[in-house]
Amino acid sequence: MVEFALPKNSRITVGKSWPKPAGAKNIRTFKIYRWDPDSGANPRLDTYHVDMDSCGPMVLDALIKIKNEIDPTLTFRRSCREGICGSCAMNIDGINTLACIYGLDEIKGDVKIYPLPHMPVVKDLIPDLTHFYAQHASIMPWLETKTARPEKEWRQSIEDRKKLDGLYECVMCASCSTSCPSYWWNSDRYLGPAALLHAYRWIIDSRDEATGERLDDLQDPFKLYRCHTIMNCTRTCPKGLNPAKAIAEVKKLLVERAM
Amino acid sequence: MSFKTDYKGVAGLGSAKDGTGHWVSQRLTAVALIPLAALFIYPFSIALGSGYGAVQAIYSDPFNALVAIGFFIVAFRHLRLGLQVVIEDYVHSSRALTISLITNALVWRGFAVAGAFAVAKIALGA
Repeated sequence: MVEFALPKNSRITVGKSWPKPAGAKNIRTFKIYRWDPDSGANPRLDTYHVDMDSCGPMVLDALIKIKNEIDPTLTFRRSCREGICGSCAMNIDGINTLACIYGLDEIKGDVKIYPLPHMPVVKDLIPDLTHFYAQHASIMPWLETKTARPEKEWRQSIEDRKKLDGLYECVMCASCSTSCPSYWWNSDRYLGPAALLHAYRWIIDSRDEATGERLDDLQDPFKLYRCHTIMNCTRTCPKGLNPAKAIAEVKKLLVERAM
Repeated sequence: MSFKTDYKGVAGLGSAKDGTGHWVSQRLTAVALIPLAALFIYPFSIALGSGYGAVQAIYSDPFNALVAIGFFIVAFRHLRLGLQVVIEDYVHSSRALTISLITNALVWRGFAVAGAFAVAKIALGA
């Protein structure tokens, strides 16, 4: 059911305010969601003060600086620091994005950082994405063919390859799906924008021969049609992709084959 | 206690292989309602509040009667399809979902039939 308030044990309390760095002139305030599964306490919002004169330009730079210099218990995922691994997706200044490619200069005032919305939290800024990944696996994110395998590679024309642009770049960071109200309410049955974008990526792949089966699997009031073109997915995508359009294309193909 | 895998949970009962018809119908009824509502409102606004004779004069014109009947059928269909989406979005207990979907499917069809019958009765002067 729709929940308009967080469950009692998820309500966020005021957390610890960490001391300001001594001698710093250019200080920026960070308010960061903290939750420790071992403590049993409610989540809290800790306040950190970072000396911007010795900090990199991105949100992830500040998070790493906090972990290194202020509070080593702050927990978050990161790996590539250049927007290609999708690990550091979190809710920054109210939008879901990748901390590594979101500039601190894009944020006015205090920097507020929360984990991706409406997901179970493992610890601090780390959401549990197992269900999200299982949804991705369920759309068969691989080439399905029936024709006998060619001696070399499956060939694809330059024009057909171009159809995958704007789709293959998805790094599965989950920013889009966790920004989608339909996904918040119905993620148990709705696949969400990320999985549907990947589904479309294989549906329009000129080499794939399971197009009909893929469309069969998607044609479902919940798996696909919970998308109401809210467009939060497209607005939030840190890679500038358009999952809403991909979903619309799937809907158009379903109409096309029914006509 | 359950040891179901995440994949098992996502796969659920599989695809219903349904929903495109609903999606198309919702859009077609929306488009159809633009002219139907425009043509329905004017004679209806005159008929509203006037005597039975005046109403009968308006709806004994087959054009007005057919537009009114078409409007009721299409509008209640559109309402039913739209509310079905709202129910599927927000009602999650399986029992409540079934009951509200069945109620939704029946009630608005009843309204459409009642509306069409009322117009026919007035139009034919029975």
